[in-house]
Amino acid sequence: MKEGFRQAMAWLHTWAGLLFGWLLFAIFLTGTLAYFKDEISHWMQPEIPAHAIDSAASLSLAQGYLQQHAADASRWVIDLPNARDPALSVRWQDAPAERGQRGRFTQKTLDAQTGAEIQPRDSRGGEFFYRFHFQLQMPYPWGRWLATIAAMVMFVALISGIITHKKIFKDFFTFRPRKGQRSWLDGHNAVGVLVLPFHLMITYSSLVIFMAMLMPASILASYGTDRDAFYQALFPETPIPERAGQASLLPALAPLLAKASEQWAGGHTARVSVINPGDANATVQLSRASSDRIAYEYGHDVTFNGVTGQLLGATPDKPLPMTVASGFYGLHLGHFAGPILRWLYFICGLAGTAMIGTGLVIWLGKRQLKHAKSGVMPFELRLVEVLNIASMAGLVLAVAVFFWSNRLLPLSLSGRAEWEVNGFFIAWGLSVLHALLRPGRKAWIEQLTVAAVLFIALPLLNALTTAHHLGVTLVQGDWALAGFDLTCFAAGLFLAWAAWKMQRAGLSVRVKKAPRTAPGPVTLEQRTH
Amino acid sequence: MKGKIASLPMSYRLAVTSRVLAAVFGGYLVAALASVTLTMWLPLSRAEAVVTGMTISFLVYLVAVLWCFACRTAWSAWVGLLVPSVILATASGAARGLGYA
Repeated sequence: MKEGFRQAMAWLHTWAGLLFGWLLFAIFLTGTLAYFKDEISHWMQPEIPAHAIDSAASLSLAQGYLQQHAADASRWVIDLPNARDPALSVRWQDAPAERGQRGRFTQKTLDAQTGAEIQPRDSRGGEFFYRFHFQLQMPYPWGRWLATIAAMVMFVALISGIITHKKIFKDFFTFRPRKGQRSWLDGHNAVGVLVLPFHLMITYSSLVIFMAMLMPASILASYGTDRDAFYQALFPETPIPERAGQASLLPALAPLLAKASEQWAGGHTARVSVINPGDANATVQLSRASSDRIAYEYGHDVTFNGVTGQLLGATPDKPLPMTVASGFYGLHLGHFAGPILRWLYFICGLAGTAMIGTGLVIWLGKRQLKHAKSGVMPFELRLVEVLNIASMAGLVLAVAVFFWSNRLLPLSLSGRAEWEVNGFFIAWGLSVLHALLRPGRKAWIEQLTVAAVLFIALPLLNALTTAHHLGVTLVQGDWALAGFDLTCFAAGLFLAWAAWKMQRAGLSVRVKKAPRTAPGPVTLEQRTH
Repeated sequence: MKGKIASLPMSYRLAVTSRVLAAVFGGYLVAALASVTLTMWLPLSRAEAVVTGMTISFLVYLVAVLWCFACRTAWSAWVGLLVPSVILATASGAARGLGYA
């Protein structure tokens, strides 16, 4: 019976993993890239210069700019630069023409040191990967639903894989003398087990992040149709005073940074919002940087009267269940991570991606063995092969094309940011077509080679198209930009190595004898012995 | 492989389909009911109980799915989900009746 349980779990692991593997590979790879979201954006918008951080000075510059350009706005939002994101971003909302309407938002990027307006190239930057990894470029809310369902399947595949692992591990060393196949399984187990705590955390936390969407039954049972009451209890807000209608000069905002920091035991401000600037009832809201703590809380604010500087309220500390939930949220996002931990996150994410990729390769490899002699593959195996190639090699290729589009598309092109994204999807689509037309191994080698060339040449392209090449960034010690170039170069070398290995393996397969037949497929109902 | 697939009897395919449906929908029902029951019975404030119920429900969902594929027959998969569903529904209904909610 115990044997039967393991076999059933192996069956579940195999099929859940196969059906959602391609989607999960894309989610994991883009999610991993999103750990360097700000650094990728920095590289993709090199016009925004990085300076030493001086929040007070930047805030004064932003206030000056807004007072000059948006004195009549109903709301200002100032995003202060930080160690990862050098942009000083200001947004303002025009007072709505009619009551009840929402005013239009305008956004400008300023130099954090001079306050001068910057025109960075139009690009989604790292935000594209971040958004794609849970919205999948689908209309709201379908992408979120699909990504969350994939997360639940990942959770099932992960736990059933752990249950399977022990026995299967032994089995494969006993029954699989072919090095290639065994090595893949070896790798699958290694990357799976080595960073298992990360896999469990990242999968479970993704469900917690979307829990109100996926599992709203208890909200409905407790709050009925009044969902707002639940969110009010979850995110208590300090009431904002109504507009007085009386003009009053807004004093300097910068001193409020120190006052907010006092409230947060030395914490940092990421965003300053001014509601009704220039009014006697102006209100200033300072939102805490999410890099301050592990737990991620949306809207952790301190609110001041803008004119008198009087403290109006602060978001209270959350009770334990909410802290646990926002702790998982924060662990998933990793905003708190410094450079070393951030790299660790990145490596763990790559390990997760590799675990999914090797799993897909193993599924196909095991079944292909039987057709090695005849060389004819049944339709379903060919389909899996094409999807494997396009979802892995093709996706990596598409990422490279996304970066190349950023450097090659003319700066004046209208809808430029959209065209970068289009470039990504066109390349991905072409990789499907290419995988359909070429024999499996050739398609792998060719796509990996093109991706390798694109990544290896990316630092060169950067040097040819911008003034922020490795010669400059390494000397200046701008590790975000230099790190991007170097990581792409390393990724290119890895892909070239993979293509080379694939080529060599292809040569040896033809010489070797056909392998022994593998044991039959595990079925669910046939193990009553 | 193709021969093997083709040789699997229809009854086996139907049983697997039944298990998948039980896992996806029956599992969700058990998880949702578990979150509601927890919310009703936990001695916490309303919002705290809701959040606790939601966070734990995914573990219930996981166990329910594993159960659907680990049990002996497709029928027992359904029975193993419906029995806890009835118990959970009764427990949350009782909480409501007693005025906890």
